[in-house]
Amino acid sequence: MRGVRLVDDGHWDLLLFARLHRLAQSSICRVTRDSLLNPGLMWLLRRAYTSVAPKHVQYFQTILPPHAVLSSLPPHNTPSEDLTPFNTDWMQKYRGQASTVLKPKTTQQVSDIVRYCSEHTIPIVPQGGNTGLVGGSIPLRDELVVSLANMNSVRSFDPVSGILVADAGCILQSLTDYVAPYNHIMPIDLGAKGSCHIGGNVATNAGGLRLLRYGSLHGSVLGLEVVLPDGTILDQLTSLRKDNTGYDLKQLFIGAEGTLGIITAVSILTPPSPQASNNVILALPHFDNVLPLYRTVKRQLSEILSAFEFIDRTAYELAVKHGQGRGLSEDEIAGAECFVLVETSGGRREHDEEKLTDLLGDLLEAEKPLINTGVLSQNPAQFSSLWALREGVTEAVSKEGKAYKYDISIPLASFKEVVDTTREHLRSKGLLGEHAVKHVLGYGHVGDGNLHLNVCAAEYTQEIQDALEPFVYELVASYRGSVSAEHGIGSMKTHALHYSKNDTSIAWMKKIKTLFDPKGIMNPGKVLE
Amino acid sequence: MRPTSARLLNILVPVKRAVDYAVKIRVNPQQTGVDLNVKHSMNPFDEIAVEEAVQLRKRLKDAVQSIKVVTIGPPKASETLRTALAMGADSAIHIEIPEADPAPEPLGVARALAKLIEREKVDLVIMGKQAIDDDAGQTGQMLAGLLDWPQATFASKLDVDPEAKSATVLREVDGGSEEIKCRLPLVVTTDLRLNEPHYATLPNIMKAKKKPLEKLTPADLSVDLTPRLETIKVTEPPARIGGGKVANVDELVAKLKEAGFTAA
Repeated sequence: MRGVRLVDDGHWDLLLFARLHRLAQSSICRVTRDSLLNPGLMWLLRRAYTSVAPKHVQYFQTILPPHAVLSSLPPHNTPSEDLTPFNTDWMQKYRGQASTVLKPKTTQQVSDIVRYCSEHTIPIVPQGGNTGLVGGSIPLRDELVVSLANMNSVRSFDPVSGILVADAGCILQSLTDYVAPYNHIMPIDLGAKGSCHIGGNVATNAGGLRLLRYGSLHGSVLGLEVVLPDGTILDQLTSLRKDNTGYDLKQLFIGAEGTLGIITAVSILTPPSPQASNNVILALPHFDNVLPLYRTVKRQLSEILSAFEFIDRTAYELAVKHGQGRGLSEDEIAGAECFVLVETSGGRREHDEEKLTDLLGDLLEAEKPLINTGVLSQNPAQFSSLWALREGVTEAVSKEGKAYKYDISIPLASFKEVVDTTREHLRSKGLLGEHAVKHVLGYGHVGDGNLHLNVCAAEYTQEIQDALEPFVYELVASYRGSVSAEHGIGSMKTHALHYSKNDTSIAWMKKIKTLFDPKGIMNPGKVLE
Repeated sequence: MRPTSARLLNILVPVKRAVDYAVKIRVNPQQTGVDLNVKHSMNPFDEIAVEEAVQLRKRLKDAVQSIKVVTIGPPKASETLRTALAMGADSAIHIEIPEADPAPEPLGVARALAKLIEREKVDLVIMGKQAIDDDAGQTGQMLAGLLDWPQATFASKLDVDPEAKSATVLREVDGGSEEIKCRLPLVVTTDLRLNEPHYATLPNIMKAKKKPLEKLTPADLSVDLTPRLETIKVTEPPARIGGGKVANVDELVAKLKEAGFTAA
């Protein structure tokens, strides 16, 4: 054991003690002091879980076709690099050691897998597109990964009501493409749309770029089909707009991050697609102008306003540097402290354009203009290019370095303050510079009060981690904000949950968890400690 | 003192409203053409032409006296002219044809432009090498022929010397580029590498609303835009048949044999 002295002071239970020794000797997990401090891992160790063994894989082969079982265990011996994509998140921040990945095609197969795992106390990590940012879809240790990727069929679509019923593994973009010919769009849109699954979107209650217009998934999801932790199939796949018949159980699974069961199908209400969309990027001299601008824009555009996104100068420059969209010319961005992207979507182009140009005219001609200048997209290519500047920030940050991402809800007026305070805090610790933290930036959904605070570092280090946490969480708590606005808790923020939820809330969350999953096999170590 | 007009450059940029290149085009049910009830924008090559005129002015300053844009098309084509004005053109001419009329063909367009150039004082025409809707790629050459002007097609770099009344043009040709020197007046057609158009800024979009836009009809120029070609049928290319996956080399060899491919 490296740097750890295990003292049997009566607080360790024997099982844990034995387990720690076994783990330390095997290559499954190198127990260091740091990992002992990892609450998720501690939680795992405290329980008597079974690791997937060859005999289990043999059973899985009886319920799944050969190509749906990936396992590094004999006799399968899948090369471990084939399992890497399931064990690593796309930011390469979280790594698991799962030996086995199952890719069921039907709800019944999922149910069979889960029932077997429940009987044998094998922990499960449900996995969608694996695009999460908080390590919620990555095994903490060697849990069984159940990937929903093969459950990718649309079950039904009603072009009159706009209700879509689809398997959980459908990729968001493919659903958008599916409903497009019927003049509908998905009520949710986010940067990861080309890889993320609708099941994962629902499980994490993903927010994204259309929330301002279409609300959260708690409203647009009409029904779910879920495999519960004992293997039971809970069929709530209704397609009713109105259904006040007792407790609305499906709401519990929206945002539960796979800790209460595996979502296998989703019934979702898709709105009619707007007939015309426009967007504009505005360059603002001061952050202080964002709020008055939001009020003006909301008042003048009213129902056609569909997005109001904020990008600070650092975020903008990173997006341009990493080719995420064609930038504005130098003289247009001169003196701009931040940028705002405004999107309109409406039913009639002439009407929308008139409203938008009136607004822009007013903004430019105002006595004390809130904006320096801006650009208005003239064609679909420019429309996408302007959006890419905003949506591409996430990817640009990953290309620039290793990202510490904080997705927080705070009062609009404090967006800049939080970014600046964090930067100054890192500076005071001597961590700002090419050697450690390269950039501290903010961008996000002004309309939803949601700021993405990103710290872009040369490497992930404990020192930076310690400087940021609990600093950022305490900062957020001081504004009575949320430590996770739309990314979820995953394994990254379990210890920070208490900054946004009080003890009573957490106690009841734990009761609900135990009720659904008494053996604790469903995505252990996520959401709750 | 006013400079002599002989040293000033008047630029004409013909532009076309076309189905936007990002739109997935579909053949209409009558098979007479494509579905036009979709998003339109300025032909990308013409956008490059407008941008080049604007950049020439940035480089040559006052030597560029005017940048005029012209389009031939239905009422909505005015929007394309406004975009060009927002990019930096000074004034616009819209040769309007009724919505229901067929799209004019390159020869008709070239004739109309030649007539217009008789009326206006033009030293340099910069236009797209082709429009992405019909891909004809003929109008610039026909216009130069009708006017008996030199032509520099597929330009990827343009330098104009207003004093010497000449231009040096780098052209995209097979296997490389060719530099030619031409006398003004001149017709230049643009290739993709010539420049990268900027976004239209808000102040310029607002200014564009107040810039002059003159409307003309083909009759005003006494040209006949009736098409000379008859479209018999428009069909989509056959759908591609998807490939299949094989598990191993043996299976692949077996499939190849099955399909009649054998080692020679």
